[in-house]
Amino acid sequence: MAVSLKDMLKKESILSSGHRLCAGCAAPTVVKLMGMALRGPTVVCEATGCLEVATTIYPFTAWKIPWIHVAFENAAAVASGVYEAFQAMKAKGRTKYEHLDVVAIGGDGATFDIGFGALSGALERGHDFVYMVYDNGAYQNTGIQRSGATLTGQETTTSWAGKVEPGKLQRKKPISEIVAAHKIPYVATVTPYHYRDFVTKFRKALEVEGPAFIHAFSPCPRGWRSETGKTMELARLAVETGVHPLYEIINGEEYVMSAPSKSLKELKPLDDFMKPQGQFKHLYRPEWESFRLKIQEQITADWELLKKKCGV
Amino acid sequence: MTKQVPQSEIRIEGLTGDAAIAHALKQCDIDVLSAYPITPQTIIVEDFQKFAADGEVKTRVIPVESEHSALSACVGASALGARVATASASAGLALMWEILYCAASMRQPIVLAVANRALSAPINIHNDWSDTYGARDSGFIQLYCQSCQEAYDTTIMAFKIAEDHRVLLPVMVCIDGFILSHNVERVEMLPDKAVQDFVGVRVPYQVLDPDNPITMGPLCLTDYYFEFKEQQDRAMKAVPEVYKAVEAEFKEMTGRSYGVVEKYMTDDADIIVFTHSTPAGTAKAVVNAMREKGEKVGLLRLKMFRPFPAEQVREAVKKAKAVAVFEKCMSFGAPSNPLALELRTALYDLEKKPMVTDFVIGLGGRDVPPTTIVDGIEKTKKYLQERSAPMYETLGVRK
Repeated sequence: MAVSLKDMLKKESILSSGHRLCAGCAAPTVVKLMGMALRGPTVVCEATGCLEVATTIYPFTAWKIPWIHVAFENAAAVASGVYEAFQAMKAKGRTKYEHLDVVAIGGDGATFDIGFGALSGALERGHDFVYMVYDNGAYQNTGIQRSGATLTGQETTTSWAGKVEPGKLQRKKPISEIVAAHKIPYVATVTPYHYRDFVTKFRKALEVEGPAFIHAFSPCPRGWRSETGKTMELARLAVETGVHPLYEIINGEEYVMSAPSKSLKELKPLDDFMKPQGQFKHLYRPEWESFRLKIQEQITADWELLKKKCGV
Repeated sequence: MTKQVPQSEIRIEGLTGDAAIAHALKQCDIDVLSAYPITPQTIIVEDFQKFAADGEVKTRVIPVESEHSALSACVGASALGARVATASASAGLALMWEILYCAASMRQPIVLAVANRALSAPINIHNDWSDTYGARDSGFIQLYCQSCQEAYDTTIMAFKIAEDHRVLLPVMVCIDGFILSHNVERVEMLPDKAVQDFVGVRVPYQVLDPDNPITMGPLCLTDYYFEFKEQQDRAMKAVPEVYKAVEAEFKEMTGRSYGVVEKYMTDDADIIVFTHSTPAGTAKAVVNAMREKGEKVGLLRLKMFRPFPAEQVREAVKKAKAVAVFEKCMSFGAPSNPLALELRTALYDLEKKPMVTDFVIGLGGRDVPPTTIVDGIEKTKKYLQERSAPMYETLGVRK
């Protein structure tokens, strides 16, 4: 069932003000949009990361719904336990709730890298939960280190742009497709700029039976060295340049292009996304021009392939 | 009020230590079992999965992809208020390491059965205590068993100790890999109802409840972290009292009790063997044989390694001339090894202290025959005469 705009606006935020996330960080918006999609009651299992440390500095918390953090690499495993415990206790008449939505949240490091095993295991076992990654393309919480989600050419403190290397050399791990290859019922990519698309997809993720995965793009002004006021614009540009196209994958097979991506006549140049960010500045030096063009070629090729998969 | 279970209701079976634990978990009506198989713990998981497949338990089993996830799922399940157990050994326990600390510090009363096994390298599947001794500072209660019966009994008691609101700490129930885990012994099993009445249904202290939302496992910095640890330490200090009460109740039901330490002919002993788990059984036979020859030896068997019952240990050995420690673990680079380090600390304030000798035995499943114990006792006698002993030595190894 889709969520109406009226319902979205009426819904109380699950995250209070007063959290300590950076100015311009998209993560709180991502969480608040998720909150608009929730059916409730819900339990959130969160991996270690920016969102975790900034929203729960003891003795304060910004969370208005039950929330648990255990470690960096295990949000999916913790969620498995929460889900199964609820099923067991329901069967034994030891809970007052008829239903419980379980959501796991991790940053890209916790999802693409260190927590990938736990995520894959949980998906294979088929617990009915939603896993959402908020992807800001690096380990932004501990400085700005590369992750499996870091884009080619992106400069981080462990993929420096130096005299002989132009930032990260490797491709970004195609997490949504890897997750979908587990043949789970629902996978979708979202951005906080396309908020209705976000909420609709998150609700769909909750409604399917079995695991679902939401890949949320989440600009990070601190790590990206972008202006704090440009976050939503960058989220939109990521879609329009093909860095983070919006689509769904149903049962691991059926690709469906979402409206904001589908309505694009053609991709905007990658420069539109990269130029406002300090982390790609080095790519505009003459020696990296061919490298930069190669990244553009890769993004364009990926986009064409995705369109084919979606039958567009 | 707990009543004694009549003999006619007791089922006697030949069970391995692993199977005994699996049966205990079944009778405790756990809500969630999340585990990954590892030798020599595997039978626990296998047997329990069979109970689940046959519909004999109302437990949700999570066959996770790693031990790290096994304990992580346990923490999540326990946070919702469920009664939760897992099992592991050796490398599997090492992979859980990070989450051991989380489980304890988040005060989740999870029962973790461990079939003690050596750690790599070289890879070895046999028994020693390197795995759980390494986890001695993780905040888990640690209980070591000498027989399959004790493994069964201890598992049942573990839930009641862990879930007590004065404690709320996870418990490791440890058995020697293969020596107990795979060895069939006579086990007296209680009727299901008696166990269920004894353990009851878990009454959680704080849970993830949408009507009363709380944040669990937050970030905690210099201003509060220390207070968390202080409270954890206080909970550990409450364990002996709760253990005593739980065991007293268990004794009413079964006639069996073990104590945090077991004294065997220690009162007049000149030399007291100090060890736990299966070497304690071997040591008992040695004590019997040497007593027949008129030698004043005794055995102090440790059941609870965490919290360490320093006072009881001190009282039990203070009149002896020497205490000979036999332990299946090495603390590389330490002045001696974990069990002896604890003992020496416990004795430090005594004005007149017995000599402490420390023998590392049985690493990687090396057999510990009675002669090894005798060898250690003989060496201790010699050191007493010489009034000097090495800080530790190994027995039963090619030099």
